[in-house]
Amino acid sequence: METTKTKEIVINTEPFVVNFGPAHPSTHGVFRMRMTLDGEVIMDMEPVFGYLHRGLEKLAEERTYTSCIPLTDRLDYLAPMSNNLAYCLAVEKLAGIAVPERAEYIRVIIAELQRIASHLCAVGFFLNDCGAFMTPVLYMLRERERILDLFDMVCGQRLTYNYMRVGGVSQDIPEEFIPALKKFLKEMPGWLDEYERLLKDNEILLARAKGVGILPRDLAINIGASGPVLRASGVRWDIRRADPYSIYDRFEFDIPVGTAGDCYDRYRVRVEEMRQSLRILRQAIKDLPRGEVRSEVPHLIRPPIGEAYGHLEGPRGELGFYLVSDGSIAPYRFHVRAPTFINLTALADMMRGWKIADAILIFGSIDICMGEVDR
Amino acid sequence: MKFERYGIGIAKGLSVTIRHLLRRPITTQYPEQRLNPSRRTRGNELIWDKDKCTGCGTCAKACHIGAIHISTSTNQVDNKYEVQKYEVDTGYCIFCGLCVEACPFEALFLSYDYECARYRRNDLLHDKEKMVETPERKVSGYFYPKRAAKLPKQSLLVDNDRGKRHER
Ligand code: SF4
Ligand code: SF4
Repeated sequence: METTKTKEIVINTEPFVVNFGPAHPSTHGVFRMRMTLDGEVIMDMEPVFGYLHRGLEKLAEERTYTSCIPLTDRLDYLAPMSNNLAYCLAVEKLAGIAVPERAEYIRVIIAELQRIASHLCAVGFFLNDCGAFMTPVLYMLRERERILDLFDMVCGQRLTYNYMRVGGVSQDIPEEFIPALKKFLKEMPGWLDEYERLLKDNEILLARAKGVGILPRDLAINIGASGPVLRASGVRWDIRRADPYSIYDRFEFDIPVGTAGDCYDRYRVRVEEMRQSLRILRQAIKDLPRGEVRSEVPHLIRPPIGEAYGHLEGPRGELGFYLVSDGSIAPYRFHVRAPTFINLTALADMMRGWKIADAILIFGSIDICMGEVDR
Repeated sequence: MKFERYGIGIAKGLSVTIRHLLRRPITTQYPEQRLNPSRRTRGNELIWDKDKCTGCGTCAKACHIGAIHISTSTNQVDNKYEVQKYEVDTGYCIFCGLCVEACPFEALFLSYDYECARYRRNDLLHDKEKMVETPERKVSGYFYPKRAAKLPKQSLLVDNDRGKRHER
């Protein structure tokens, strides 16, 4: 009797390369991911940057120190106030300029509002990438609008603020600012609770984001990740605590950290950070002093020959400006340490082994802004 | 992932969206309904005061785009500068306000107007005659708090209590 041999069917698929982007709605700007796929599974991913390169660093090197500030608005256009502040901190360090007390408080208030506005965008668009199409993001943009109203009030524009100056801020806050901010602080926790009801226990979100795109603690430290991406991996590192700039050592706040380092933790860390920012805001408006908002600084600043690195905890991570002065009115070298650019280098490690549908989610969870990545 | 009971989280979320359905919208129908912009609006034009300007050129130096063109001649009789040409190319200007801050004689302002789209590129070039203050082209309070006080109060979303349930 002849035995029938069952023939094993082994499907050997060739790995193939898919170009994801640069003009893809989920890439939050012009970003290209060159993915090597095996069926639907990502074997490797190579990020390709540079589609939005404007040569901002070089442009800044032929401008005076003051007129670089509008350029920094255009780096991370979802958090321009943080960029303004980081640049001004660097110049102040370079030239040894002191900042009046009231200006320090205004800076903290504005920077924390900016963190909330930016995180609202980050969380909203992350959920959009999850497939919660448009509903959460529109709710969050509505709350962001309240913050943009306040920014409009202090500096006259909603997107490119150009508010911070070397040695303070451009103008004092108007008198209707503090009442409006108090109103905002009163209602914002309610809005945050509403988002929690909407999303926190949603089974679809949990199934899609929990355990997906894990960034291990050691790897996160080794690649130099910062901000919510690092903290979600369980590292308690925040520049506001680790190297307090401005007057952050006077406020009480916690640093929320995640445990697993997955997409869900990154989302949770951002939501908790918004609550902590509200806490800082409440303390800051309580003891806002009176007085000057801008110290006497010449229009053409000539810092002594030397170099300085000013950094702060931006909404996306450690944002730093490295300036070298040759004693003239323009920086000799102007370099930006963009947090999302460095966080993006972790992307390939997070994506390997996941499906294409998860790639969008993982990418959304690190919250990038291409204006800053490419500069 | 395992859940004890499926659907609870989704139902909770849907209760939020249904409640939104019953709230009144916070949006405005733009061309018919208008909100007041900020008193410090950096509107899309620059306004120049002919009498106050001395032709010092500080504004042109402060502008990092090079959008301000100014040329002066000397008046031998009164021994002062006379502004021959004062031009701003609002197509290049990014309305950063640095020139307004730099002007030492309070002669340059940003406008309160934000609807400045033009059909022709030439119309974006504003010269001396076009840059004066008129009742239609109001001056914004950017950098001039006294002028800001005269402008209408900014309409804020936090003051809008339609669709709000969250006071604590
Ligand atoms: S607003 Fe800014 S860009 Fe426009 S003319 Fe003045 S300095 Fe130049
Ligand atoms: S800085 Fe003022 S006074 Fe001097 S040229 Fe400009 S507008 Fe005139």
